[in-house]
Amino acid sequence: MGQTVAEKIFAAHLRDEPFPGTKVLDLDRVLCHEITTPVAIADLEWRGKDRVFDPGKIKAVIDHVTPSKDSKTALQAKILRDWARRHDIRDFFDVGRNGVCHAIFPEKGYIRPGFTVIMGDSHTCTHGAFGAFAAGVGTTDLEVGILKGVCAFREPKTIRIDLVGNLPDGVYAKDVILYVIGQLGVNGATDRVIEFHGEVIEEMSMESRMTLCNMAIEAGGTCGICEPDMVTVDYLWPFIQDEFDSREAALAHYRQWCADEDADYEQVLRFDVSNLEPQVTYGYKPDCVKPVTEMAGQRVDQVYIGSCTNGRIEDLRVAASILKGRRLADSVRGIVSPATPQIFQQALAEGIIDVFMAAGFCVTNPTCGACLGMSNGVLAEGEVCAATTNRNFNGRMGKGGMVHLMSPATAAACAVTGVITDARPMLAESAA
Amino acid sequence: MTQKVFGGPALLLDRSDINTDEIIPAKYLTEVTKEALKPYMLEDLKLDGFDPASVSVKQARVVVARENFGCGSSREHAPWVFEVNGVHTIIAESYARIFRQNMFNCGMLAIELPRPDIDAIFALADEGEVEVSVDVDAQTVTAKAGGSERTFSFEISPFDKALVQAGGWVEFADARY
Repeated sequence: MGQTVAEKIFAAHLRDEPFPGTKVLDLDRVLCHEITTPVAIADLEWRGKDRVFDPGKIKAVIDHVTPSKDSKTALQAKILRDWARRHDIRDFFDVGRNGVCHAIFPEKGYIRPGFTVIMGDSHTCTHGAFGAFAAGVGTTDLEVGILKGVCAFREPKTIRIDLVGNLPDGVYAKDVILYVIGQLGVNGATDRVIEFHGEVIEEMSMESRMTLCNMAIEAGGTCGICEPDMVTVDYLWPFIQDEFDSREAALAHYRQWCADEDADYEQVLRFDVSNLEPQVTYGYKPDCVKPVTEMAGQRVDQVYIGSCTNGRIEDLRVAASILKGRRLADSVRGIVSPATPQIFQQALAEGIIDVFMAAGFCVTNPTCGACLGMSNGVLAEGEVCAATTNRNFNGRMGKGGMVHLMSPATAAACAVTGVITDARPMLAESAA
Repeated sequence: MTQKVFGGPALLLDRSDINTDEIIPAKYLTEVTKEALKPYMLEDLKLDGFDPASVSVKQARVVVARENFGCGSSREHAPWVFEVNGVHTIIAESYARIFRQNMFNCGMLAIELPRPDIDAIFALADEGEVEVSVDVDAQTVTAKAGGSERTFSFEISPFDKALVQAGGWVEFADARY
């Protein structure tokens, strides 16, 4: 019997099996941010074990609240900063060079096919887009990862999802993953890896694949995985060109991390996306999903475009294509947070930032900020946000606030009208 | 570190998909000590009639709930806010992966019971305050209320049991790797 991607990565990284069913893996990357890492650092200090297993494999960023908003967040940033300096963690991104963790670490080329990656952040599943096994963990797992370079897992079963057909105009990776979560339910993939296959994935950019894998956790999944292909190699090429003679050679090497033809899946699901409509969430769970046409007309007070789900350049481009020549409705405030400084600069160079500002958006520095109601766009009680983020939990963006999850295109259309709006007519008009 | 104390008065939360934002809202993640989280346990829980400031919440040492408990964020602040409030045992039909592992990593118990057993615990509440005791070695949970008493067995992986006995994953890993 063949192996799934996750099974291959587990086999290649197995350090120990202390008990049947528990696999302790060697880690290629331990990623850190300022919210979940400081307590691990403090605990290591308290235990007299303030060490790191390999400073080159640890990457750190301040992203959730940045620049610091108060004394407490300043202390969190300082703990991480001092620790990175003390242990010679060179890949540490401080104010001015920092961005949302799941955008900046891939952008720097740190994630490769076949890698094992952990971070004290549930959306770590994003990095599976590169054919890696990447899992969100708590602070204790992170602490052991920092100290020992290992993490324990139950070997996950894999759900294979084949996405076939052609994505219609105005329908994006975000709509696909919202639809998939709606089908699976919020615990439909718990303790499972989701492997995405099919022509829809082959056509997707790395950015779109990251959007897709990012929300695997919203169905309870440990990791979302896309197999490495030439799109993966092209994205990574600036970082790997010294390792391989050609892109073809890199691809041949990385293909070892593709699933076997006869891999054993717990479940195989097939979705034809050819007739998929843009999707929007209602309620307080990410599996409460409806086509935008059924939600149209509902009031929106704030539009937020950003986050580890949809704050990348192609997200800003599609939003700007709608906003160009249009303005925010008077009743709405718009906030856009490019996910990294590089994305911000690219958006500046392409005139995208001008478009957002002309439309009346507030452009913030890269940060997680409003997505989890920590800064830069917290909602007041009773307010509603159209957001490109990943969670619509009760109070997520501020106590008593309501979040509707959607694609950047749909969010931009909502900004123009002040109500939930199907972006497709505006997209067609802009393209004409 | 040694094994924690399990059992005590139970807080029954008749809901599925209780997420980590409800257990401890993100605005409190700026704290850098576990103890500072103490006042905020379950502050944003969406459940009719639930009052996070009530005596039954303050006295709870066990939480009983439905499916997919602890879904959402990876924040270990969720197990921690339970820990600093003396709640070392959660009993539910199922858990989100990260939350469950975080509980065991902290040396606490995330006990899974099938729906009929959870139903039976909820039914006991009709007779009065529910008190739960846990025997980790025997892998049993006993719930008492009024004059009634029910005992249920639970499964726990050998690894999770070892973490509970060791007092957590740092202790276990440090001794082994």
